[in-house]
Amino acid sequence: MKEVKSSSVEVHNLTVIYHRKPVLWNIDFQLPEGKLIGIMGPNGAGKSTLMKAILGLVPLNSGYAKIYDQDLKDVRSRVSYIPQRQTVDWDFPATVKDVVMMGRYQHRGLFGRITAKDKEIVDEALEQVAMQSFKNRQIAQLSGGQQQRVFLARALAQQADLYLLDEPFVGVDASTEESIVSMLRSLRDQGKTLIVVHHDLHTARDYFDWIVLLNASLIGVGPLDEIFTDEKLRTTYSGKLTVLSQVGDRLREKNFPVREK
Amino acid sequence: MNSNDLWIVFTAIAVALICALPGCFLVLRRMAMVGDAISHAVLPGIVIAYLLSGSRNTMYILPGAAAAGMLVTVLIEWLQKRLRVQSDASIGLVYTLLFAIGVILVTAFTAQTDLDQECVLYGEIAYVPFDMMSIVDGGFSAPRQLWIASGLLTVLIIVITLGYRGLYLSTFDPGYATAIGISVVFWHYILMSMVSLAAVVSFESVGAVLVVALLTGPPAIASLFAKRLPLMLLLACVFGVLACVFGYLIASFLNASISGSIAVVIGVLYAFSLVIKKIFF
Ligand SMILES: Nc1ncnc2c1ncn2[C@@H]1O[C@H](COP(=O)(O)OP(=O)(O)OP(=O)(O)O)[C@@H](O)[C@H]1O
Ligand SMILES: [Mg+2]
Repeated sequence: MKEVKSSSVEVHNLTVIYHRKPVLWNIDFQLPEGKLIGIMGPNGAGKSTLMKAILGLVPLNSGYAKIYDQDLKDVRSRVSYIPQRQTVDWDFPATVKDVVMMGRYQHRGLFGRITAKDKEIVDEALEQVAMQSFKNRQIAQLSGGQQQRVFLARALAQQADLYLLDEPFVGVDASTEESIVSMLRSLRDQGKTLIVVHHDLHTARDYFDWIVLLNASLIGVGPLDEIFTDEKLRTTYSGKLTVLSQVGDRLREKNFPVREK
Repeated sequence: MNSNDLWIVFTAIAVALICALPGCFLVLRRMAMVGDAISHAVLPGIVIAYLLSGSRNTMYILPGAAAAGMLVTVLIEWLQKRLRVQSDASIGLVYTLLFAIGVILVTAFTAQTDLDQECVLYGEIAYVPFDMMSIVDGGFSAPRQLWIASGLLTVLIIVITLGYRGLYLSTFDPGYATAIGISVVFWHYILMSMVSLAAVVSFESVGAVLVVALLTGPPAIASLFAKRLPLMLLLACVFGVLACVFGYLIASFLNASISGSIAVVIGVLYAFSLVIKKIFF
């Protein structure tokens, strides 16, 4: 296993089984601090499950996950999670501001008073994602990209050190994607760690410092250049293409800029 | 309107409010069916508690029926999680079974219970003014049902106010809630307890049919217009009150079933609201 000086996330021997079907199998890795890290793999590879396992949202069948060398429950306030946008019901009676304010619940607890400082932080977060002018709008009346930015603002308002983002670019137009990426980079430059589930192999090379390749078991983890090799990508994505493997190969040959290296 | 009419309307309103508040969270969680299930399944709880204690005293009936409500919640969860029965199927299974047991008990023991199918389905709100009581001897006297409903209403308001963030976040985004250390399961059971209690207390006065209508109708109407959750809670209460007042007026005018009329008014309000929403919003 690749040793990392100061690790943000450490996963050891992690196995998750849903209804007798192993979804994550014996995963072992350490991720560094202060990096933009991509988790990649085909549909159903267990990427979302891996995030949930790290966050303690699914029961583990074996192994453990540590964050900043501590148990999750001791570092919750340093961790922010941005679920896949489709997992919540956007037809909910809440305004943009309400949702972003949820990022402050962690600091205020269930009963603590919302302070002027919290409101300031929420405003700042909205500013950063350029959603200030929408703050009193009901979330049902937002576009997909705007919803994604609201989720991002909520995470920003939480002022965490580690961010786990599940497919933040789905249904987002190119310019929004660009602005999200530059926001993620600036967070990284402030020393925060960002772990992002991502699908697009073209852009991944450009976005991430580190990569985790996953297909139920761990295929590779490390700095982008070491991991983004043709062979590893093939292993990661091939299992899913049994029938279509030849077509898949063609497509990959055409599409992967990796090949040109 | 004489004082009897007023007591009936007040009781209906109190019942509408205790249903509307937890009902909002049920509707937002798309769990209206569970409300349906609980409101039917409290029946065997009520009957069994009644047969065991031999009295209609709410002190015995409430815990019995609330236990039945919780039993439904647990059974549904168990069928879904452990046996992987589809969610609508598991709900349907559990509540028809429990309700059927309740009906059998009621019919088999009618002589002992003075409960009958009629009152199970439609309640007996018209008789509310004949069962008056006062908290201190010789003090202010009001229908027993109204006392109980107002007591529960107070409890619900306190729980929802104190537990607002927990209920809110675990309803909107359970994943995020868990990630920041809020126990979604805990708040689920808090909500289910509130629904069970509301169902039990309402059941006696308005019957199974109207409980469902009150739990889901006013919140569903409110959700059409409310931009924020506090407004939705408020609007649901307002629509609940409106339905009771108009339902009662219609019932006395036509000399028809009170709870039936209230349920009809809720339906009409909902249809009307849909149209208004389409046109103006
Ligand atoms: N709650 C659940 N119950 C049962 N099986 C599940 C559950 N959640 C996920 N799975 C299964 O676990 C596997 C991994 O799912 P997961 O959502 O982690 O994949 P993913 O890599 O995030 O996929 P995608 O790219 O489609 O988001 C899938 O085969 C899925 O069917
Ligand atoms: Mg996923």
